[in-house]
Amino acid sequence: MAEEKLTLIITRQDNRDSAPYEETFHVNYRKNMNIISALMEIQRNPVNAEGQHVAPVQWESNCLEEVCGACSMVINGTPQQACSTLVDKLEQPIRIQPMSTFPVERDLVIDRSRMFDSLKKVKAWIPIDGTYDLGPGPKMPENKRQWAYELSKCMTCGVCLEACPNVNSKSDFIGPAPLSQVRLFNAHPTGEMHKGERLNALMEDGGISGCGNSQNCVQVCPKGIPLTTSIAALNRDTNIQSFKNFFGSDHSY
Amino acid sequence: MENKQFFYRRLHSLLGVVPIGIFLIQHLIVNHFAVYGPESFNKAAHFMESLPFRYALEIFVIFLPILFHAVLGVYIVLVAKNNVKRYGFFRNWMFFLQRITGIITLIFIVWHVWETRVQIGLGTQELDYSLMENILSNPVMFGFYVLGIVSTTFHFANGLWSFLVSWGITATPRSQRIATYATLIVFVAITYIGLRALFAFV
Repeated sequence: MAEEKLTLIITRQDNRDSAPYEETFHVNYRKNMNIISALMEIQRNPVNAEGQHVAPVQWESNCLEEVCGACSMVINGTPQQACSTLVDKLEQPIRIQPMSTFPVERDLVIDRSRMFDSLKKVKAWIPIDGTYDLGPGPKMPENKRQWAYELSKCMTCGVCLEACPNVNSKSDFIGPAPLSQVRLFNAHPTGEMHKGERLNALMEDGGISGCGNSQNCVQVCPKGIPLTTSIAALNRDTNIQSFKNFFGSDHSY
Repeated sequence: MENKQFFYRRLHSLLGVVPIGIFLIQHLIVNHFAVYGPESFNKAAHFMESLPFRYALEIFVIFLPILFHAVLGVYIVLVAKNNVKRYGFFRNWMFFLQRITGIITLIFIVWHVWETRVQIGLGTQELDYSLMENILSNPVMFGFYVLGIVSTTFHFANGLWSFLVSWGITATPRSQRIATYATLIVFVAITYIGLRALFAFV
């Protein structure tokens, strides 16, 4: 009996500046395969559908359990993680493309550094260092911690930026993921001490005002983060902050 | 210009509702007098025409807010990369339609103002029932006005929904869903008022 084959049509690109092209591969099917294991088959035997020996397809992956965000790619039109996308649940042929909202380094490898730059821009951390021991911070109520945990699931995978119509080369919008991180760190009792700084960063060009409410982000987020609720809540917070800034307040820090 | 985006976008959102949205509703309601006959319409139009401080009202309540809303609006349309084909979610369609109707409404308003207010200002036309009757007797123009009104009312009603989000009033998915139904009712109601007046001229 002939072995069952999978057909993968992959959008490839040799380097940053070269033009993308499609290449078809047939790989041996195994039970419970995911996209990563299919790509590994190509790596093992890099022969395309025409029987030519080609350079193996490049991709990035780390955790293989949908928590690191490195293997995001567009699979059959949907941006998602290659590790948690099972072949059995996909229509054939399987089309795999890089998330081209980001600069493509090679094949399916993209450069997500803009997301990390955005996290720096909005100060997505909690400063705990002082010139002396600051001691323990205030306690966080358990139900609030559970609520904030949902926001902390963001793995900077970039799927929400890929789906957002306002994140593109014509616009400087930083995208949904870093916005929601501001809500996370502002919810923390110690992080809250720097709330105003983060909100002011969101009011800079490319910040929260770039959102056009298409709400694609919340639909595609693999971790189910309530991104649009975060954005609306931050709209409220930044509006209040801007009034404080303009009219003056002793509570605008 | 640096870091003014936030202020301009919030102003854009506010102006769409106050005063432009208020003006739109007022305009459509005054038009509705046409349903009760030419005399009734002429009386209402004359009242509006003879309001005190008419030029100041026209400039600051109508012209300048619409000009600002239109200029920034065209920019917003240009920086979006619509993707309804790949992501056919309801809100993404609304996002796309908001941009399409914005452009249609802008073209409609420019044409409509040229044909009515500018001509009246130049003294070539009189503000009365017969002005609109003449324009709408042409079936192509009638179709254009139907499209213009529906596009404007949609843009306003859906804009009201995003106004509620942009100002942080509706944050939860439930409140946003109910706002969708509420703004749908607004859309149906003002479209009815606008179109009924239009049909009164033919």
